Amino acid sequence: MEYLNRLLLKGNEAVVYGALLAGCDAFYGYPITPASEVAHSSAALFPKLNRTFLQAESEISAINMVIGASAAGKRVMTGSSGLGISLKQEAVSYLAAFELPAVIVDIMRGGPGLGNISPEQSDYFQVVKGGGHGAYRCLVFTPESVQEMCDAGYHAFSLCEKYRMPGYILADGVIGQMMESVTLPEPTTYVYDPEWKITNKTNGEANYLTTIYLENDDLERRNHLLQEKYRTVQENEQSAEEFFTEDAELVLVAYGISARIARTAVSRLRQQGWKVGMLRPKMVFPFPERALKKIARSGKTRAFLCIELSPGQMIEDVKLAINCELPVHLAYRLGGNIPSVAEISEKAVAIINAKGGDRA
Amino acid sequence: MTEEHVKFGKSKVFFDTFERRPGPIKKNMHYCPGCGHGILHKLIAEAIEDQGIQDRTVIIAPVGCAVFSYYYYNCGGISVPHGRAPAVGTGLARALPDDFVISYQGDGDLAAIGLNEFLQAANRGESMSVFFVNNSTYGMTGGQMAPTTLPGQKTVTSPCGRQIENDGYPIKVCEMVNTLAAPVYIERVALTSTAKIMQARKAIRKAVANLKERKGFSLVEILSPCPVNLKMNAKTINAFIDEQMSRYFPLGCFRDEPESKVKHYAIRPVHDPESVKKVLFPPKLNIGVASDFKNQSKIFENERRIKIAGFGGQGILSLGIMLATMGKLRNFNVTWLPSYGPEQRGGSANCSVILSRNLIGSPVIDDNCNLLIAMTQVALDKFMHELKPNGVLVYDSSTMRVPTHIADSHPVFGIKALDIALGLGSLKCANSVIMGALSAILIDRYLEGADKMDFDRAFEEAIIDCFNKKPEVIKLNICAFYEGKKAVRF
Repeated sequence: MEYLNRLLLKGNEAVVYGALLAGCDAFYGYPITPASEVAHSSAALFPKLNRTFLQAESEISAINMVIGASAAGKRVMTGSSGLGISLKQEAVSYLAAFELPAVIVDIMRGGPGLGNISPEQSDYFQVVKGGGHGAYRCLVFTPESVQEMCDAGYHAFSLCEKYRMPGYILADGVIGQMMESVTLPEPTTYVYDPEWKITNKTNGEANYLTTIYLENDDLERRNHLLQEKYRTVQENEQSAEEFFTEDAELVLVAYGISARIARTAVSRLRQQGWKVGMLRPKMVFPFPERALKKIARSGKTRAFLCIELSPGQMIEDVKLAINCELPVHLAYRLGGNIPSVAEISEKAVAIINAKGGDRA
Repeated sequence: MTEEHVKFGKSKVFFDTFERRPGPIKKNMHYCPGCGHGILHKLIAEAIEDQGIQDRTVIIAPVGCAVFSYYYYNCGGISVPHGRAPAVGTGLARALPDDFVISYQGDGDLAAIGLNEFLQAANRGESMSVFFVNNSTYGMTGGQMAPTTLPGQKTVTSPCGRQIENDGYPIKVCEMVNTLAAPVYIERVALTSTAKIMQARKAIRKAVANLKERKGFSLVEILSPCPVNLKMNAKTINAFIDEQMSRYFPLGCFRDEPESKVKHYAIRPVHDPESVKKVLFPPKLNIGVASDFKNQSKIFENERRIKIAGFGGQGILSLGIMLATMGKLRNFNVTWLPSYGPEQRGGSANCSVILSRNLIGSPVIDDNCNLLIAMTQVALDKFMHELKPNGVLVYDSSTMRVPTHIADSHPVFGIKALDIALGLGSLKCANSVIMGALSAILIDRYLEGADKMDFDRAFEEAIIDCFNKKPEVIKLNICAFYEGKKAVRF
């Protein structure tokens, strides 16, 4: 049988295609706009491959079912939007503490509270900085297109498994809801069967997973190991795209839908002769510190401009990455509004005309 | 010297010595004197051993005194978040059709913070057995009120005794679960006397045997002593359970069915690439073009930005999908972005479609629009300003006035899309009428060479691509398309 591998899909659908092609065995979730199609397409597709789809009674249950499936050595995914992610946070802390891999899709909407169902990027803190209790991190992929949603669904599992940690695919309502043409990757032939799964034995003893260490020294040792792992991730897995950064006086920093807008703004400004570029983190944990530092020290760049659908969340990581050596400006909209290309372009031109502006 | 034979020794399901337990004590359990957990652990271990399923059993430890059960059982073990054992158990049971899941939970874990997870798992008839330890108090945190604390019973958080007015009545878990259809076996037992322990042993064996036979969801509630927190001795705690607890929580079997009404079949995921492709990849239809095909017309050299707006039911979003599909079939990069949410539910609908040979930046169209298709007056008024000076306006002249105050630079085309669609018997094909009109306009003004011939084919292919399994829909839309083509007046 001959197949096509090029489809027109929504971002929310593409991430499910990617996961299934990566061999994801189970999806547990609870409906929420604007992430609903993640559950819809999972419900339609997982059972066709004898894989598990279950609509859980709550976000809390869904993520705990993920713990169970992951502990059993299966590739497993859940998906939600900000409110649901808030509910999942306790169990995400457990996943991190158990060192269990799992993929969590967050299609961000307006907050706080019930907010609205339009796009925002204001889950950055709760997802990137560890929204649950204790000191832990998660891998965070930030796709900017439907193709990258598919790719993230496809590649997230192996990276989560490599480091035995949960990972988020952090997108927004626009990336989730829009359709684009996608080229599907080939189904994986990799057989995932981790040694540590709880049905296996180690030295003749049944495996077990726990997160409780009543002795202070035991827990401290354990936490040092986790932190060491996070440092390794930060060192080895930084990922970013650079767009016209070589000679840029001003570099825009943006992810997700903001990066798409920034890309158009940069293209238009370049046509007008302005030396602007964009750095787009493809992952925000680990944050692409090296790339930012290099740009900051290039001697050509005078300032950065963060574009966010949040009131300055990612900007903190940008400032830390460059140790505040250059001014870092912010352009943002909230409540589901998206900054226009014109708005961003004007701000960029104003910053360049002010020779980079004040040190932030 | 004669060899000693131990007739009733420690079950082999337990470790010989409890090396996982920190500190110097490796032979005893960590439970307080007089606690019921030790007896219960032993009964469960023996049942697992008797069924010969030790190597395939996973025991879920709750938050509570039994959190460390993995110190003792040489079975798969996991200590899960407070109250979530049945949810974790669901994930395990569905993933492990050849293994056996035991959820061991206390009263706070199961009947307070985790009541929802527990009831829902029971209601789904998950393949697991739940051992519910009811000691009427929170043990690990130091004797606070539990959902099973009796009326008037004093605890550190009910110092004057449980007040029904404030705290409600204790929850009768077995009775509640007995209202659900799925569970196969529900029994309440106690650990107060040898006779009752033997009855508990029977019930636990039954629940473990049910696991092995994959009968579904079993629940055994165990009234268990916690003399330390209830500040009682061995004698008074047994009297408390037998005379007070058992009166509120009567012992006995509530249900014992030969099989569950909910049957879970073993799920064995399909991973072989050919089967996966068959499900996820569309079959190759006789449409589309070679991968190096490029439309020749000049208009395709730049990004093409199209806004379609009107109200729900006019096929606004699917018109956009149709255009995006045509683009996809001709090797363009495309984006389709709908308005979604309250705006859509309020009746209006719009979408932005961008076609480009290059990477598309923002999928949002708020300026530089090349083509606006407006199906209502409101849509026209709202989006007209986004149109480029030479951008094309197509509007539905069956519902709208001829637009005025529009700069002469805009080519404007009115099509009676709704009227024509109604004439064909379905409002739903108004969007294909518009597509037909678009074809006539583009062929007349913008397309060059072979592209003039190709547009209609691309449309027909897109219709086939979108409605592959609905031949009557394909027919109607193609008919509407050619009616639309005829309706354009230059």
